[in-house]
Amino acid sequence: MDIRAQVSMVFHLDKCIGCHTCSIACKNIWTDRKGSEYMWWNNVETKPGTGYPTQWEDQQKYRGGWEREGEGKLSLKLQGRGRALGNIFANPYLPTIDDYYEPWTYDFDELFNAPEGDDQPTARPVSMITGEPIDIEAGPNWDDDLGGSTIYAANDPNLEGLSSDERAELNELERMVFFYLPRICNHCANPGCVAACPAGAIHKRGEDGIVLLNQEKCRAWRMCISGCPYKKTYYNWATGKSEKCILCYPRLESGHAPACFHSCVGRIRYLGLVLYDAAAIKDVAARPDEELVEAQRAMIKDPFDPEIIELAQANGITPDQIKAAQDSPVYKFVKVWKLALPLHAEFRTLPMLFYVPPMLPVLATLKNGRYDVDGANKNGGTEATGLPSISNLEQSRVPLRYMANLFSAGNEAIVAEVYRKLNAVRVHMRQQKVGNIPESEVAEALGAAGITADEAEAIFRLTAMPTFQERFVIPPLLRDQAFEAQLGDPFTQKREGGFGFRAAPERRW
Amino acid sequence: MNTFLFAVVPYLAVVIAVVGGIARYRWDRFSYSSQSSQFLESRKLFWGSIAWHYGVLAVLGAHVLALMFWDAWGKMLSGPTRLYSFEVAGLALSWLAFGGLAFLLWRRLSDSRVRTVTSPMDWVLLVLLLGQVGLGIWMALGYRWGSDWYLHTIVPWIHSLFALNPKIGYVTALPDVVKAHAVLGFFLMALFPFTRLVHVVTVPITYLWRPYQVYLWNRRASRQ
Ligand code: SF4
Ligand code: SF4
Repeated sequence: MDIRAQVSMVFHLDKCIGCHTCSIACKNIWTDRKGSEYMWWNNVETKPGTGYPTQWEDQQKYRGGWEREGEGKLSLKLQGRGRALGNIFANPYLPTIDDYYEPWTYDFDELFNAPEGDDQPTARPVSMITGEPIDIEAGPNWDDDLGGSTIYAANDPNLEGLSSDERAELNELERMVFFYLPRICNHCANPGCVAACPAGAIHKRGEDGIVLLNQEKCRAWRMCISGCPYKKTYYNWATGKSEKCILCYPRLESGHAPACFHSCVGRIRYLGLVLYDAAAIKDVAARPDEELVEAQRAMIKDPFDPEIIELAQANGITPDQIKAAQDSPVYKFVKVWKLALPLHAEFRTLPMLFYVPPMLPVLATLKNGRYDVDGANKNGGTEATGLPSISNLEQSRVPLRYMANLFSAGNEAIVAEVYRKLNAVRVHMRQQKVGNIPESEVAEALGAAGITADEAEAIFRLTAMPTFQERFVIPPLLRDQAFEAQLGDPFTQKREGGFGFRAAPERRW
Repeated sequence: MNTFLFAVVPYLAVVIAVVGGIARYRWDRFSYSSQSSQFLESRKLFWGSIAWHYGVLAVLGAHVLALMFWDAWGKMLSGPTRLYSFEVAGLALSWLAFGGLAFLLWRRLSDSRVRTVTSPMDWVLLVLLLGQVGLGIWMALGYRWGSDWYLHTIVPWIHSLFALNPKIGYVTALPDVVKAHAVLGFFLMALFPFTRLVHVVTVPITYLWRPYQVYLWNRRASRQ
């Protein structure tokens, strides 16, 4: 075993209100520069939907991540090493700016300087690349809240495996349903971006697992953009370098939560350390699809286990960090409660950002002017109120299959287990607060989920009313050592090329 | 004049290329690459870039091989069929490079997105490279069997340059096109540190054997 520490994350999707505050916080700090206008290191997309860049999940098109080649063997889906050099002159799978959108601004000067005339002057949209007027045909969150859903939501790659009836239902006005999926770089344990970079310009920080892209080493071979299945490395067309989310490491190192975490209005984000076995990465990433989630859980180790603590210390992990790992909300959500799941485990990069899937609304039909919820009585729905207080898995409006395609590499049993737990917490808490559910039904729900009342309470507390300190357990990141390692260059600061430059990263030639 | 062009310019070019190349790597590493514009325009780039790079690599490779193994090269071309097929192949590859480059130039001119990321040096370089390949093709058409007479003119001249004993007599009598091709070649070499050409020395060959995953530690030398 080779125990390492990783700053890891959980997003609780039930709480996301789709406000995009996180995206804006990130943009204002990191990507407000020329060439990065189109980049959203943090973006929030509507699901079902095609996302950003459009259809990023379709790896037949983009070739991101890894492919399993039989027992225990992995290869980059993009290309082998030799082909990487052969394709260096033109990467056949590179998305272009049109797969994202062409950034634009408005010609506001016109409003003030237009000559007198019969018509009101208008501010025409102009491209931020060429400066020429453009017709806006796409933008960030073009399909927000199911906008244009017959084009976007209908082409969501996760609908694979759904019957045409199910697809049609998702499109019916009364039954329409969506949720938000905020995405940042997953700081994967087996990152495709690192593996695909011919120049070796991307690395994982040994101490905390943050994946960084060195701007001085990047030579614009642009393979990382294809190699990352989440499309979380971006090409800066103005500087000719790729860039990616840095998990606000300068903030983390000084004890602050990353900007998107800190500003999150729905308080959906949790951050903490986990200890994992790096020696197991290759084996875990090469498991068959249905085993991936379980294997990744097993890769994350118990920070209370004396043997693990010893191994961790032998690897240079400090007692403070071990303490942080023990207090980590991520550890609880992912490993103890098994509620948080990796996004698209089948890409095999072992993402270290986990999602608690959103509760599924129950299927209801309009009868005599009111919603009639079949099965409302099942599993704790009440005769008395007739309210659909409980989601019923069989009656869910977003089919389990869809959720399984997103969060468990197609393994429906895993998402169903998560939902039984979320459901039990809901039933239990309703019984506690409102008291209109019979004890027997609560016991049945808890039993089905395999959790105790205490656990349900703990889950509820960390979900609904965690303090700032409980959400973000930021470990000491050995900043003194980081400084030492950089001696001679400690006064890094943000310039046009991003963090870490003392000279403006200009191209003079 | 001839002395300057054929005995001084080559040395100057090499010195500028080496010193300039190292200096730029030392002080301007950020820009030590070819700024890819594929993200802004991909389809045309594919055809142009693939044709140009593979064409020019093959032709340039032939120049260098003949220079290094002139003996073997000469033997290889003994016999009219071989010489003939070699000439044809060389010419075809040159046309491939020329076509690709011309296409790339047109792409930069016609696509406004790509134009915005084109520096003045890029234009200079594109035109010069196109001229250089053009001269080469002109030679191949106008003065046949270059793959053979190259061995008796340019090759000994360059060998004499290596020996620090320039014998310009080998080249002074050559037609002007050939002279221009040779001088422009060295001029491009001198231009190397000031253009996107620097990317040729950053070919990431280590990718073939480095481990896929890269870890960096604050206090450990290991990259594992
Ligand atoms: S999500 Fe982040 S770490 Fe993972 S492959 Fe993509 S860019 Fe790399
Ligand atoms: S700030 Fe939080 S709640 Fe708002 S969109 Fe982002 S993740 Fe969702």
